[in-house]
Amino acid sequence: MTLATENPAPRAAAAVLQLKSMNILIVGVGGQGVLLASAILSEVALLAGYDVKKSEVHGMSQRGGVVSSHVRLGTVVHSPVIPNGAADVILAFEKAEALRWVHELKAGGFLIVNDQKLVPPIAVDPKYVYPDDALELLQGRAERLRVLNAAAIARKLGNERLANTVLLGALSTGLDIDLDLWRQVISRRVPKGTAEANLKAFEAGRNQ
Amino acid sequence: MNQRLLLSGDEAIAHGAKAAGVRFAAAYPGTPSTEIMETFARFPGSHAQWSPNEKVAFEVGIGASLAGARTLVCMKHVGVNVAADPLMTFAYTGVKGGFVLVSADDPEMHSSQNEQDNRTWAKFAKIPMLEPSDSQECYDFTGLALDLSEQFDAPVLLRITTRIAHSLTPVEVREWTEVPVTGFTPDIPKYVMMPNWARPRHQAVLQRLEALRQYSETTPLNRIEWGDRQVGIVTSGISYQHAREALPGASIFKLGFSYPLPLEKLREFASQVERVIVVEELEPFIEEALKAHGIACEGKKYFPVYGELNPTLAARGLVQAGVRSEPVAETPAPVEVLPRPPVLCAGCGHRSIFYALRRMGAHVFGDIGCYTLSALPPLETVHACICMGASIGMAVGVSQTQGSKRPVFAVIGDSTFLHSGITGVLDAVYNQANVTIIILDNHITAMTGGQAHPATGMTLQGKPTKSVDFVALAKVLGADHVETIDPYDFNATWETLKASVARPGVNVLVTTRPCMLFPRKVKQEPYIIVAGDCNGCGVCLKIGCPAIARSGEVTDKNLAIPVIDTAACTGCRLCADICPQDCIILKSQPGRESEVKA
Repeated sequence: MTLATENPAPRAAAAVLQLKSMNILIVGVGGQGVLLASAILSEVALLAGYDVKKSEVHGMSQRGGVVSSHVRLGTVVHSPVIPNGAADVILAFEKAEALRWVHELKAGGFLIVNDQKLVPPIAVDPKYVYPDDALELLQGRAERLRVLNAAAIARKLGNERLANTVLLGALSTGLDIDLDLWRQVISRRVPKGTAEANLKAFEAGRNQ
Repeated sequence: MNQRLLLSGDEAIAHGAKAAGVRFAAAYPGTPSTEIMETFARFPGSHAQWSPNEKVAFEVGIGASLAGARTLVCMKHVGVNVAADPLMTFAYTGVKGGFVLVSADDPEMHSSQNEQDNRTWAKFAKIPMLEPSDSQECYDFTGLALDLSEQFDAPVLLRITTRIAHSLTPVEVREWTEVPVTGFTPDIPKYVMMPNWARPRHQAVLQRLEALRQYSETTPLNRIEWGDRQVGIVTSGISYQHAREALPGASIFKLGFSYPLPLEKLREFASQVERVIVVEELEPFIEEALKAHGIACEGKKYFPVYGELNPTLAARGLVQAGVRSEPVAETPAPVEVLPRPPVLCAGCGHRSIFYALRRMGAHVFGDIGCYTLSALPPLETVHACICMGASIGMAVGVSQTQGSKRPVFAVIGDSTFLHSGITGVLDAVYNQANVTIIILDNHITAMTGGQAHPATGMTLQGKPTKSVDFVALAKVLGADHVETIDPYDFNATWETLKASVARPGVNVLVTTRPCMLFPRKVKQEPYIIVAGDCNGCGVCLKIGCPAIARSGEVTDKNLAIPVIDTAACTGCRLCADICPQDCIILKSQPGRESEVKA
């Protein structure tokens, strides 16, 4: 058997494109589609010739807990985990979650926030207060901040379920990757018959 | 043709096993190992199955191996404890078809009750261990482990951790090879471990260990990446990736074959660098071995023995050791944001049971599954949870010592009960305990994402099969009283639980409602709160239902009026049953004022 490990040269060296390395952190609440979004991003990056690693912790994700997914790309990626405070981009599917993770953003990093409020059940206890002022608190914590209401944009396009693709469109503006690759992967990964609508949602997310 | 795919470590192991001709695979689900078997089951031409527990999975695996089939058995770290009995002696008999045991450890306990370091099992059982550090290595090492298993006549431990199992990295996959099943050939002195035959087999194990040690010295899996010779890092598994990133210029000894260790090669490496630093997660497994063999090194002085390692902790330790000059950047303090713990789903049948037990003031001994979440506020009604099946034994022990003046209950899920709850009932029956055991039967292994088990009537592949009847099983085990409960009928549930407390002997109660998520989402007509009738008592806010929140409106006495999110409500009726004002009604029920606006 031939082992890849017999060759100590990094495996991704085949694609020596001198690509910029990027750390993207995608965060949200269980059930929002964070893991699918990071899967699509990873596939796009792989097609673009990057070495890619994506890491997350499953398990509690379907029961309304906090979900975070690390995507790292570059010429060679070692650890699948983004070092503390080293995220170039954070895409937050929910605004309180943006606040929870914003300290992981690098100086000069790009923060994209979906203006959605999901109050955790624990807030029935008045000692836990949802930060309604999350967007104001985020001002000044990120050099580049972009807030969009993906659900509202998706509704305008006729289907609220397109919200996640809207967010991917917004994310794509922070990455220098050929848009055709995004379109290709999105078309393949979305439910049959919805490719066209999803591509429109992707464009809407880019242009908002 | 080779293909390049983005795979998780779990998926890569399944692909690697198939490519290397694995014909038989068995597992019990457990995070972070579950996806290995789910992936393998999709490949045609091999047998894949869930077993009732890890011990049985291991034992059917032994049978398959002795029949000459290449075999894969997978479990989470604590599952190896359950399978330890056959493991320790299968290490003596050796294999026929290659046998790989995957242990998926969970440093940081993302989804586990402890964070034991299962590298220790390799040493304890005297079997070889491989530790992949990305998905490509998961793929390659699985095939190699099968070869080694046959070459050295030993089961092989393939040890991964959460960040290997659940990280996606690119993998070159090859075409599948077919490896025929060679058939069982009796060999009594080798396979029958009576003392007279086990003694020589232990000698054979020791000789094998020596041969493995020599292999370890020469295998390309244990490789040196030369760099700056002021420091030599020794590392394995995911720690290799963190160390490589934290100190890019260093000389690194990467262990892919990490038991038995290549001590001579390591000694030689140590002699060529000024300092040796071991970077490893959890226990000082490598560090202690090096020190025991007189190889000077440092390790846990700089890195924690608990939790997950990551590039930041690796860098910090290396700074502290004085071998990394670039300081670790301080990150701004996190913003205080309210916690978002996972919760029982809206409509989960477990909720009313725990609500009733709380109201009763019971002492509740819990088990492993979604229902452990009932230990969290607002229910806070699981008082001990140790391992799979322990609920029943604990409740029996408390009852036998009369150590509680409260009603004592054991609560255990259906899959967990079949895994290791049955013997607990036998203990209770045999020793005539006074205890009530509630089997929370939601017809699926829910916590790990909805896997079939022997009472679901479905196989791993979703094909119909026989199904265990819990009521009949409990009766035949000798329980004094067995009854089903519909947890959606709170008043009846309450009466049944109260009656069982008053009744001496072993009571077994079996709930009847399916999981809300698996195998399909459950949604019935939702309920609403008639705001005008609500007095703000807050009872419905104390059941921890994610579909009920404060509406923002208050009563004239300034008490919060709750609201039900009708999209999230699945119509379980618990809140309606317990509402003292009787102001929670079905959405379609006519003649009442409409709900409060959210």
